[in-house]
Amino acid sequence: MKYLSLLTVVPLIGALLVAFVPRTKPQLAKQLALVISLIVFGLAVAAWIAYRSDSGRMRLEESYTWIPAWDAKFSFAADGIGLVMLALTALLVPIVILASWHDLDNSGKRSVPAYFALILALEGTMIGAFASADVLLFYLFFEVMLVPMYFLIGSFSKDVPTKQRHYAAVKFFLYSLVGGLFMLAAVVGLWVVGGHTFDWQQLVNADIDSGVGRWLFLGFFLAFAIKAPFFPFHTWLPDAGGAAPAGIAALLVGVMDKVGTFGILRYCLPLFPEASKYFAPLAIALALVGIIYAALLAVGQNDLKRLVSYTSIAHFGFIGIGIFVFSIQAGSGAVLYMINHGLATGLLFLVVGMFVARRGSTHVNDFGGAGKLLPLLAGIFFFAGMASLALPGLAPFVSEFLVLAGTFKVNKTVAVIATIGIILAAAYVLWMVQRTTQGTLNPALSTVDAMKRDLTKREMIVVAPLIAFLLVLGFYPQPVLDVINPAVEATIADINPVQAGK
Amino acid sequence: MLSNLWLLIAIPAASAAVLLLAGRKADRWGHWLGVLAPAASFVLGLIAFFGLRDLPGRAAEQTLWTFFKSGDMTIDFGLLFDPLTAVFVLLITGVGSLIHLYAVGYMAHDEGRRRFFGYFNLFVAAMLLLVLGNNYVMLYLGWEGVGLASYLLISFWYNRPSAATAGKKAFLMNRVGDAGFAIAIFLMLAQLGTVNYNQVFSQVGALTTGTVLVLGLLLLLGACGKSGQFPLQAWLPDAMEGPTPVSALIHAATMVTAGVYLIARSNPIFSANSTLQLIVVSVGALTLLMGCIIGAAKDDIKRVLAWSTVSQIGYMFLGVGLGGGAYALAIIHLLAHGFFKANMFLGAGSVMHGMQDQVDIRRFGGLAKYMKITWLTFMMGWLAIIGLPPLSGFFTKEPIIAAAFEQHDAWKSWVFGGAALLGAGLTAFYMTRLFVLTFHGPKRWTDGQHPHESPAVMWIPLVLLAIGSVVAGGLMASPVAKWLEPPLPAAPAEEVHGVLGHTAITVLSLVLTVLGAGLAWALFRRGTALEPQPAGPVVRAARANLYTDAFNEAVFEKPGSWLTRALVYVDNKGIDGVVNGLAALVGGGSGRLRRLQTGFVRSYALSMLAGGVLVLGALLAVRLG
Repeated sequence: MKYLSLLTVVPLIGALLVAFVPRTKPQLAKQLALVISLIVFGLAVAAWIAYRSDSGRMRLEESYTWIPAWDAKFSFAADGIGLVMLALTALLVPIVILASWHDLDNSGKRSVPAYFALILALEGTMIGAFASADVLLFYLFFEVMLVPMYFLIGSFSKDVPTKQRHYAAVKFFLYSLVGGLFMLAAVVGLWVVGGHTFDWQQLVNADIDSGVGRWLFLGFFLAFAIKAPFFPFHTWLPDAGGAAPAGIAALLVGVMDKVGTFGILRYCLPLFPEASKYFAPLAIALALVGIIYAALLAVGQNDLKRLVSYTSIAHFGFIGIGIFVFSIQAGSGAVLYMINHGLATGLLFLVVGMFVARRGSTHVNDFGGAGKLLPLLAGIFFFAGMASLALPGLAPFVSEFLVLAGTFKVNKTVAVIATIGIILAAAYVLWMVQRTTQGTLNPALSTVDAMKRDLTKREMIVVAPLIAFLLVLGFYPQPVLDVINPAVEATIADINPVQAGK
Repeated sequence: MLSNLWLLIAIPAASAAVLLLAGRKADRWGHWLGVLAPAASFVLGLIAFFGLRDLPGRAAEQTLWTFFKSGDMTIDFGLLFDPLTAVFVLLITGVGSLIHLYAVGYMAHDEGRRRFFGYFNLFVAAMLLLVLGNNYVMLYLGWEGVGLASYLLISFWYNRPSAATAGKKAFLMNRVGDAGFAIAIFLMLAQLGTVNYNQVFSQVGALTTGTVLVLGLLLLLGACGKSGQFPLQAWLPDAMEGPTPVSALIHAATMVTAGVYLIARSNPIFSANSTLQLIVVSVGALTLLMGCIIGAAKDDIKRVLAWSTVSQIGYMFLGVGLGGGAYALAIIHLLAHGFFKANMFLGAGSVMHGMQDQVDIRRFGGLAKYMKITWLTFMMGWLAIIGLPPLSGFFTKEPIIAAAFEQHDAWKSWVFGGAALLGAGLTAFYMTRLFVLTFHGPKRWTDGQHPHESPAVMWIPLVLLAIGSVVAGGLMASPVAKWLEPPLPAAPAEEVHGVLGHTAITVLSLVLTVLGAGLAWALFRRGTALEPQPAGPVVRAARANLYTDAFNEAVFEKPGSWLTRALVYVDNKGIDGVVNGLAALVGGGSGRLRRLQTGFVRSYALSMLAGGVLVLGALLAVRLG
């Protein structure tokens, strides 16, 4: 089976199909989109099984002709890091589609088929980025995924004023575009110095002058640091996360931002090991500032979606540190963190979306004491918050532990400062929970009928798999770590042949 | 049973899951399931306890599965049942079951009773994991689990702003301690490559003195957070916002003693460094006096008991800090305290139950006649805590005082022994004040009070705990001390001759106790004023928790919220402004350009500078390594 190409192509074809559903049949468009996303999920499960029986660093390889003159190919392959990321994508998309089921109800002119087609297109491009084994192909997916996301941020959220949405979408697009341009320059440069090929494997083996390598590293790194985003390139994310519908925001921070950290692991480290080591202190410093800075900002937010966006920036700081200290535990922790953060923050965004859909507002002050009316939803909100602060027993704890323990071995000061982040995480989560669901019931809430309707069946199906994964991976994360560990070991070996195996 | 230790944890955990997930239809029977679960664990714990005697090495260890593994780091999901764990398991499930039973009555009229029992069972499961783990990560898992349960139960009545705030405060202050604990674990992994108790302890000798000191201090920080010791004590009295059974089980008998467990369990680390031990002893002595002084100035029955808990745990810290044979003394006092403090908290709950949730002791008085069982059982708790022979406190607190006097350096003997002795007198004073104002003297009730005895489901646990308060100390003191070694160290064969003899200390502490109690009786037997009275600086300071809350607010909360607001401004106007400004420049938006030239550019420049300094600072930190 050609799993990786299928995983990329099926959602893209699906997007086309859904887009052609007439606007008068919104139900059909939704159902079709859901079925396609479930097929993709099934394919991902099959790919996971096939991956385990394959061998080597890059598995499930496929290659097709594209532009022979440049030695660019449609080639796909996955290591453990790529596999878990595309599996996460395939898991989250059907959940998000189901969560977004009523996003466009009573919203007049917005097109339901377009909305769901865009989500599928986004899925295809993201999986494509995770599954590419050709640098040009990766660049293509990296840039193309901006398009569906741009429209999803800018045109669909009912609860956000048009002007704010447009501002956020344009800002998102411009930031990403600037990053993309730097990367394009680096991709071209890489082709020139790397032996006139875009083949990842050949480029890894190519002998690149370290001075040139540093410039090329910077090109890639800048694009990824904006995408992830790291401090100080982060200001687009709270705007985008605040303006996008909740499900889209879940995909944005849950998966799309991870393309940035994934890119660093797949491209920056193996292609430019010398430059990676050279710039590592700077990258770690930025990540460290991000952890503390974004956490403090999260404490100070009054908009729920912006708040969750800031918490994610803090989390990306942990991932950044984990990647750049070059230890096996920290690296594996960082990859696991990418997965767990997708699950935890995905859930948090979706639950926030459920609150917002009922209240018609994202502002914290419009809630207050909501637990009295919506005990179940409040309980799940709390659960998601606990996952976000990495409570032991839930999946994010393991990844945070691995990142910090792995970092401590290499750099005590960094690990200790980063650990302050776990105190701040408790502060922003509990403060958010308290202002939203605890305390005296905000009298305005009782007048909103929707606020009296606790979790629906559909919403239960949305949250159940995420809760289950967070719990299971909280106590038994080893099956996922077994896939991640070898890939991270290989990546660290690219950087530091001596350290491998430690 | 010893090969199925996981059942001890799984039973209450499963019960918690059922209670929290089952719908309203479980409201009718849910609380009984909630009582049954810890009782079942108690029975299994007893079986395991008796099984331990015939076991070579008196310890059962098992690895359930590999928790996680990466590179050369492996963390197992492993359990250990040894004498130290055994006494904790029996305390948690034994006293825990009684308190669960009591809560059936206490929470009878609360619509959230099923949820309450769900959280309560979750607590028991997490606490059992805490004491049953065979490595520090398991301990940490349980540690955070009990913190979660504590938070959920403190803010159980979440629509009360004060309860929600108290829960948050407890979680946050604990998290400070937890961060220390977490770093301690990272340090072990970096230096020793393991977190397994046996492997860590066998390698302690290979660590440098400095490393042991740092490791111990980090563990101590965690312990102080969980156990409400200075400087992380402020959350514990606020935790009384939760329902009273919570205060009895979590914030008196079990969870708050987890810090003592941590230090006792880590005794090879703490015993390896005398500076470390001196610091633990100092924390204990300071906190025990603080708790007494503040407790004497409070008028809320639960807060007096809470500060009393802070103070009593101070005694336990004093004990584990002294090291040697005193580890066991601290654990025995912990057990006795579990009985008498749970007894008194439940007694206080019974009083509140009969007095329409009144908590102000100035508004009680003369209740002895109306609530005979509560009065008698509370009296046992009171006599036990002040250390009147032959009640349990006499057998468990007095040896700690004596041990504090038996040190090699005379100044240490006087300072720490003196503090412990003074604490005994103060304890007698504030507990007698509490007892007299509540049960004796003139009635000072508010209108419409009809105090009555609580139902049997509440007073039966009271009676059982009162019996425990009376006999536990005398029965347990010497056999449990023997039973606990190993894992705790034995008392050294050669006796240190302190500055005072044993008899002298016993006499002195009894004299001080009688003086304290007598003074309180004389002062309060005719009641007390209903309004706060003008007072000297000491009493004013004690009423204000010795200004520790004010300190936290001035040093952490205020600057924290100020910093947060400043950063929000910088992020919106500064960092973002730079980009927007650049965009305006490039795009040639003339309006924005003009604004940019007039002053905004200064704030951009300033925040860029600030950001630059921040990154440079972080870079420096990275370079430090």
